[in-house]
Amino acid sequence: MNSYPAPAAPFPAGPAPVGQGGALPPPAAYTSPIPITTTGLGHALASEWTKIRTVRSTLWTLGVMFLFVIGLGMLMTFTVGEDEYDSSPILSFGLPGVLLGQLGVVTLGVLVITSEYSTGMIRTTLTACPRRGRVLAAKAIVFFVVTLVLSTAACSLVALINYAQLGGRDITGYAYTDTGHGDVVTGQTSVTSGEVVRATFGIGLYMALLGLLALAVGVLLRHTAGAITTMLGVVLLPLLAGLFIPDDDVRETLQEYSAPNIIGELYDIPIVGEDNGWGLLGLLALVTTVTLAAAATVLHSRDV
Amino acid sequence: MIELEHLTKRYGEKLAVDGLTFTVRPGVVTGFLGPNGSGKSTTMRMMLGLDKPSSGEVRIDGKRYIDLKEPLRYIGGLLEARGVHPGRSAHNHLLCLAQSNEISPSRVNEVLDIVGLTSVAHKRSKGFSLGMGQRLGIAGALLGDPQVLLFDEPVNGLDPEGIHWIRNLIRDLADQGRTVFVSSHLMSEMALTADHLIVIGQGRLLADTTMADFITHNAHSFVRIRTPQPERLIAVLSAEGIGWDRGDEGSFEVSDVPAEQLGELAARHRLVLHELSPQRASLEEAFMRMTATSVEYHAHTPSENNGTASAGAPGAPPGAEPGSGPGSSGWGAHRKRGEGR
Ligand SMILES: Nc1ncnc2c1ncn2[C@@H]1O[C@H](COP(=O)(O)OP(=O)(O)OP(=O)(O)O)[C@@H](O)[C@H]1O
Ligand SMILES: [Mg+2]
Repeated sequence: MNSYPAPAAPFPAGPAPVGQGGALPPPAAYTSPIPITTTGLGHALASEWTKIRTVRSTLWTLGVMFLFVIGLGMLMTFTVGEDEYDSSPILSFGLPGVLLGQLGVVTLGVLVITSEYSTGMIRTTLTACPRRGRVLAAKAIVFFVVTLVLSTAACSLVALINYAQLGGRDITGYAYTDTGHGDVVTGQTSVTSGEVVRATFGIGLYMALLGLLALAVGVLLRHTAGAITTMLGVVLLPLLAGLFIPDDDVRETLQEYSAPNIIGELYDIPIVGEDNGWGLLGLLALVTTVTLAAAATVLHSRDV
Repeated sequence: MIELEHLTKRYGEKLAVDGLTFTVRPGVVTGFLGPNGSGKSTTMRMMLGLDKPSSGEVRIDGKRYIDLKEPLRYIGGLLEARGVHPGRSAHNHLLCLAQSNEISPSRVNEVLDIVGLTSVAHKRSKGFSLGMGQRLGIAGALLGDPQVLLFDEPVNGLDPEGIHWIRNLIRDLADQGRTVFVSSHLMSEMALTADHLIVIGQGRLLADTTMADFITHNAHSFVRIRTPQPERLIAVLSAEGIGWDRGDEGSFEVSDVPAEQLGELAARHRLVLHELSPQRASLEEAFMRMTATSVEYHAHTPSENNGTASAGAPGAPPGAEPGSGPGSSGWGAHRKRGEGR
């Protein structure tokens, strides 16, 4: 049927050339010598782990997180004056670092998904794994574990430095006798185990959950700048808006439920309220779960 | 085997793919042709489960894409737009794909070798040229050693050696019994590569036929004659009742009569001929005729198209773009290339 010559084959010849007329019955179809096995979430997790560790944005964003949390944390620790550690829990000097460091985690959360949209990688990903829910779950799990471990590690280091540097100092004014902190029982700065857990694992959990929320927003918006800006709004707006609202109740509610107040509560220096932060963290987990569920639904029904 | 049934895709008002029904068979290279915006890439995205059909469906070896357990082992696709994170090295890109489908990491090196990217395997693909990016995409498609391969404009950006390479690769894949579906705008390449053709225009099926049939039914083959005695040739042809047209540079073009018969006729009348050459119609000509009419009349069944197309003037497809008309060097050059096969 074809008048053109067969090209010289640069590859080892497969089964004998087959009839080239389209109308002829098809020959035995090709079967690969590689055995086929069924894939599951484990494979998707391995794939996402490779992805997250092989792009530089991971290094940059988590590097910046580390730099802020530890760098700013140390700067605070080594420069506080006597009256400051007198009146604040000693671990709370990690707060400014976390406040800035969370932005690195948020950016990574967004990039994990939006970089796939901006580069077209998402088409390759979803061709390789058409179960979109599985892809999202794998991305979420890998990102969550990586950021939880690393931000908890960063916060632990800062807590350790704070304790080593500021612990065991004499408190002149007995300012915090009734607060239930580890301080001042002996008239010296100290920490309880609850404080330590909240300042390390608690903050790590906060950052990982916020990053996960950013990832879900990234799925919904598919646009890096849009998603990062949205997350900045989510993190900062309630607090900032609170500054300009004259009504005390509204302002306090906004400030209480603002993301920075979760950090504040976890460090025992809340902007508003008396809680220890676990309640707000639970709320953040709920919001994140709902947003992720929405992201999964949208991802499933949308064209890539 | 890929089966499409009444596959339709609507983007808002725009009907991008309109009730396509056809089957892509194993063991042959099936070419997918259509003008810009006719819905080829959309069809291929639906085949890979990326876009959801508005109605109708696609089945790969009888299964829906989503039901393929490890899809890369069944079907490999190279899409029009690059689908690679530029910050990741070629090796790592393929590695994460391999892991998601339980393909051994050693296969990554194999496909890198096949496409000739071994030396840059650990460089970030950001720095890759167009052709290198294309090769990486092809490596991804070959990764799972699949029985079905989709290539959307695979020669895009490849150098002549690369074009030659992919032509052989595609033919070889089909010869091994795989289903190979390729879209391209390079008609000369397609003519060399494909056995079967699917042609669409404005999302509708215009033709589903073998390459040879497509060319015979849609383009004009003729014999070119050159002679220093034009008046005598005209007289001889008229006496035999053979129709002719004027060609380039004083040549004559005769359809429907084989060159052998014309040569013998000239010999009998002791006519001096400077040229007697059969001109095989090119795929490009056939394609442009078919799609030009499809645009002109908006909606056609394949048979109607065939009818109108063959009634047109030879060598001048209606609605052909400027620069590709019969007089231009581009058109002539293509025809010569077609002839040379
Ligand atoms: N995501 C989309 N949203 C809206 N319209 C779209 C979308 N994708 C494709 N289209 C429209 O569908 C039609 C078919 O596009 P498609 O890319 O499939 O054409 P094509 O045959 O691949 O063209 P080309 O030869 O230029 O690659 C076009 O009119 C295009 O504008
Ligand atoms: Mg296209």
